[in-house]
Amino acid sequence: MSKPGKLGEGAFIQCAKCKKIHFANEFEENLRVCSSCGWHHRISAQRRIEITCDANSFEELDQDLKSGNPLDFPDYDEKRVGAEDKTGLLDSIVTGIGRIDGNRVSLAVADFSFMGGSMGSVAGEKVTRTLERGLEKKCPAIVFCATGGARMQEGLLSLMQMAKTTSAAERCNRASIPYICVFTDPTMAGVLASYASVADVILAEPKSMVGFAGLRVSKQAGVSKVPDDFQSAEFAYNHGMIDKIVERKDLKSTLSQLVQLLGGHLLEQQEGDKLTTRGAKK
Amino acid sequence: MANAVPRTLDEWEKPLRDLEDGITKLKAVAVKEKDDSRAADLKYRIQELQRRHDNYLEVMYSQLGPWEKVLVARAPNRPYMLDYVNQVFEGFVELQGDRRYGQDHAIIGGPAKLNGSPVMVVGHQKGRTIQERQLRNFGYARPEGYRKAIRLFELAQRFSMPVVTLVDTPGADAGLEAESRGISEAIAASMLKMFSLTVPIISVIIGEGGSGGAIGIAIANRVLMFEHSIYSVIAPEGCAAILWRKPEMGPQAAEALKVTAESVLSFQLIDQIIPEPTGGAHRDPASAAQSLKVSLLSNLAELSSLSGPELLNDRANRFRNLGVMAIH
Repeated sequence: MSKPGKLGEGAFIQCAKCKKIHFANEFEENLRVCSSCGWHHRISAQRRIEITCDANSFEELDQDLKSGNPLDFPDYDEKRVGAEDKTGLLDSIVTGIGRIDGNRVSLAVADFSFMGGSMGSVAGEKVTRTLERGLEKKCPAIVFCATGGARMQEGLLSLMQMAKTTSAAERCNRASIPYICVFTDPTMAGVLASYASVADVILAEPKSMVGFAGLRVSKQAGVSKVPDDFQSAEFAYNHGMIDKIVERKDLKSTLSQLVQLLGGHLLEQQEGDKLTTRGAKK
Repeated sequence: MANAVPRTLDEWEKPLRDLEDGITKLKAVAVKEKDDSRAADLKYRIQELQRRHDNYLEVMYSQLGPWEKVLVARAPNRPYMLDYVNQVFEGFVELQGDRRYGQDHAIIGGPAKLNGSPVMVVGHQKGRTIQERQLRNFGYARPEGYRKAIRLFELAQRFSMPVVTLVDTPGADAGLEAESRGISEAIAASMLKMFSLTVPIISVIIGEGGSGGAIGIAIANRVLMFEHSIYSVIAPEGCAAILWRKPEMGPQAAEALKVTAESVLSFQLIDQIIPEPTGGAHRDPASAAQSLKVSLLSNLAELSSLSGPELLNDRANRFRNLGVMAIH
């Protein structure tokens, strides 16, 4: 839907929404946001990390985890291998430790281009570890969602990831580890109904799709007429489900503010952090 | 048997009902039969048919495939939450309302006694009559149901009562109203609350364990499944619609999704299977209720040695290691 159309030799990119044609380099410089209509096109996990973390501060972790095919689900192996080839990733989420304006954060970034960002055992484990690293390293945890929901091909194992990740969020709650979630396009179903919705602070990119069930399922459930903004970030915001809708270019500074405001109490506890000024023990 | 894949339990059980009808007819004739030798012959034929019926029932139910399990789990005459509540617990008082917005009748609950000790029972309730089905929203709970559950979990915590949840839903309500009032948040918050309790929690899948709507109240120290219940990340028909664009391929999806209690146990995602009477819980609800009671009591007894913090950690650890991965 929001995959930009390409014209010519990649020198031009057409906005998926308003169809305006942009120079590819300008489009990328503008963080893949249409300068004409403001539509936020999806970006890769790698690019998201580049524009969120301080230069060269991100250290990827758990990059060796990959899914098996525990249910022997038809066509799953082929789909996964295809996604690996396409994205260069082993699963739908990239995790690690980085810094935002000098402050350490535990980060997870979903990549929609890997099987629709779906959550199976690996994505569930990596999000859980991201929250646990926040606990362990005494730093805020930030998760960027971009997902259609649980990965059907891993059956009930995927449903259990909803519980596992929510449990990690609960442990962060009890330990006063700030947990911030950013809904990007799309944030749906099993992910929305688990760790994403229990974050301390929820931000969203404009016009991201946000909802419980795909529109087809909703229609089956008897939803015949829905408002134009149904299952959008704006709809969720207007119903009190999101703290703030933030444009992509402003996300880093908003996250930075929140990390400082909510995570200040952690700085004294962060051992071996050179940037800690107040808590330097030696 | 018909070649077409059965779509309801009724269809699938037709051969059994044909035998039952035959028995009923013979019995009607036998009552009027005056001749002794012919009466004896009829009696023999009735016994023979009954024997065939019983054998057939046993064979059918010992070889249920995933799709047949789906049909049994959804059967309209299968015991629902309140059927179990009435037979397993004493003095159940239904507490209602989420104190936030509204009334939901698909998730219900309240305190009751189990063998003399107070517990908090929360679960999905489906309806049998048309009116009751509508009242229960066909078992699709709305946000208010999960928020009421959260309220009841908090009460259980305050009054140190173990929690028992009975799960039986095709899924949570996905409509416009449910979305407007944050169905996703309600499910997530309910799971979060259950992870924070320091009382024992036991969850039992009694019929359909449908997706997020099910796991929203299935965070427990012990998760049990009735023998012919199902537990799935998505309804088989929904899976078939998304993956193959053919909702009618539900039977194939049920197979691929591994929704049966046996499969789920083999991945260690549940702790125990509660056996059902021959022919399923719907043929002998009292005996199914007795099995449930025995399981609840033995599991609660095992958990009684754990302290509050130990129960909380036990529950977190139980879910922490679920998943199957490889290292690249």
